[in-house]
Amino acid sequence: MSEILRFATAGSVDDGKSTLIGRLLYDAKGIFEDQLEAVERTSRERGEGYTNLALLTDGLRAEREQGITIDVAYRYFATPKRKFIIADTPGHIQYTRNMVTGASTADLALVLIDARKGVLEQSRRHAFLASLLGVPHLVLCVNKMDLVDYDETVFEQIKNEFRDFAARLRVHDLTFIPISALNGDNVVEKSENMPWYKGSTLLHTLEEVHIASDRNMIDPRFPVQYVIRPMDDEWHDYRGYAGQVASGVFRKGDDVMVMPSGFTSTIAAIETMDGPVDEAYSPMSVTIRLNDEIDISRGDMLCRTHNQPHASQDVEAMMCWMSEQPLDSGSFYRIKHTTREARVKVQEVLYGLDVNTLHRNTDVHTLALNEIGRVKLRSTLPLFADSYEKNRITGGFILIHEATNNTVAAGMII
Amino acid sequence: MKYELDHLQALEAESIHIIREVVATMERPALLFSGGKDSIVMLHLARKAFWPARLPFPLVHIDTGENFPEVIAYRDRVVEEIGARLIVGYVQDDIDAGRVVEDKRANAGRNRLQTATLLRTIEENNFTAMFGGARRDEEKARAKERVLSFRDEFGQWDPKNQRPELWNLYNSRHRPGEHIRAFPLSNWTELDIWQYIAEENIELPSIYYAHQRPVVRRGEMIMAINEFVSPQDGEEVIEMVVRYRTVGDATCTAAVESTASSVYDVIKEVAATRITERGATRADDKTSEAAMEDRKREGYF
Repeated sequence: MSEILRFATAGSVDDGKSTLIGRLLYDAKGIFEDQLEAVERTSRERGEGYTNLALLTDGLRAEREQGITIDVAYRYFATPKRKFIIADTPGHIQYTRNMVTGASTADLALVLIDARKGVLEQSRRHAFLASLLGVPHLVLCVNKMDLVDYDETVFEQIKNEFRDFAARLRVHDLTFIPISALNGDNVVEKSENMPWYKGSTLLHTLEEVHIASDRNMIDPRFPVQYVIRPMDDEWHDYRGYAGQVASGVFRKGDDVMVMPSGFTSTIAAIETMDGPVDEAYSPMSVTIRLNDEIDISRGDMLCRTHNQPHASQDVEAMMCWMSEQPLDSGSFYRIKHTTREARVKVQEVLYGLDVNTLHRNTDVHTLALNEIGRVKLRSTLPLFADSYEKNRITGGFILIHEATNNTVAAGMII
Repeated sequence: MKYELDHLQALEAESIHIIREVVATMERPALLFSGGKDSIVMLHLARKAFWPARLPFPLVHIDTGENFPEVIAYRDRVVEEIGARLIVGYVQDDIDAGRVVEDKRANAGRNRLQTATLLRTIEENNFTAMFGGARRDEEKARAKERVLSFRDEFGQWDPKNQRPELWNLYNSRHRPGEHIRAFPLSNWTELDIWQYIAEENIELPSIYYAHQRPVVRRGEMIMAINEFVSPQDGEEVIEMVVRYRTVGDATCTAAVESTASSVYDVIKEVAATRITERGATRADDKTSEAAMEDRKREGYF
């Protein structure tokens, strides 16, 4: 059995992103013949001189008509080693929110650079967003190497320039691969045109990158999602707390503390329909029973007395605004953080961040669509949070507009 | 101890989280249950999510009246076994009331007509959330749809105005009259479904496995002859060993030539196939490039 790797790609049509994904999918049998035929037919009907692989991912009528990717598309393929979920996102700045969405669950981000153009504003932006969303691995593909005669110096120059920039970001694992998506160099097969490159192909990198240790296995956090009470004769006194382990490990017999009440108990059993398990870890969905009768409901959190999340009504976060309607400091928003919901007010925008230059602008007092800034929030209930850097599940939240019910922002707690 | 989940365990954990999230935050959910493999896996996951409690919501079947009898028998048996409540919305009722008009051409099927019945059933029962077994690998419009997909008061999907969905946080808020379609199997592929069926030893209607039956070849499709499908002029009825990759309306769901008689044979076959399941078996998706997107906009599954 193999594990899942989720990766996000960002780029525009010109970078050859669709060609690259098309090739990965085709070589790994992630594209089916009838899908390819449909794309070939449409390309022909539209008078395009080549099979436009972008049509594979641009699934919506509007995207096909305008020839652009507007939304995140999810694609799936598998090799004997791993199953892959691709979040394919548009690269243009006006779709920053889509990139942020795709990166939120990604183990790895794949950024494309055109070898002829070098490190552009947009490549820096993609790398920054990946680091902001805490994507643990960044793979930089220098594409179109065929158009620069497979020249090693071009690759090295781009690599050095990008590495200087990435030093300013929180990127822990950075890999560079020279490729030609069109010809397949170093995508699935090693390139004969670039004998100077000693590293792995892209597919091999995706198959081998070590992701198991990216999870937080230290801090036990179990947001209670739902209380299971069968209320029938067979399970008369049964009371189980269902949820998905956010981080850390929970074992039968462990001492646990319940937030916000502060009561402590021990784990009587960790259960599933397939039978009890001795331990539960992220991202398992289980049901935990305790040895004491304590009042626990959805939105509470199980943790350890000596390892608690920060509980506070005041939160500081980096926030990406995702709505056409700008942030309004007078409005109430709903916050969804783990399984907890509350009302919040945005008390202050500390600064806005230029996603291209990383310049901090302290004159900013609101955030508009696709803008990112550091904010102070106050919530009606205490939130049980860790910093996003330490914990992507207990550190992330969304804001929902109370009147429109739209998801308007995503936040990463500092 | 490795503390790692394999891909089926990870998908299962994600789906159970989604199912619980919908039930915890929404007042009147229901599960669309057709007796097809995806809805069977959905039901299995929903039972796991709330065990040892009973399923906290009813099952809903939108019945075109043109069913495979094996599938209806399976449906009724499962409903009885787990003690679930089943609500059936009949497409025939909407035809009789003149709300929809049937297309009488061969292969037209009643799939598209189901939308009216589905929306009526949601309204009559005040459902606020409908669980569906749709997967993103099935079709390109579905590849863009959210796990929790918002529907306005007319049941419409607006692909250009979807709510961003991040981490494992889902926005289920809506006003009265609006509802949410929830797709906990979004990240599963056809192969994942079959591997899970094998691993969990889940029983399926018999037509998913190879059997002999009279069929005609209609274009690229193999259509079974039954009370709803008769041979057209020039079509020759032949006996063939086939199975179904998808189960829908009997008039527009095609069989595939196959000798796969066990779940392991099917897994081998699915792993080697080069045609998508909808491409191979659904006459209704062949209508146009954006057939699924157009139907979904109207409120289809």
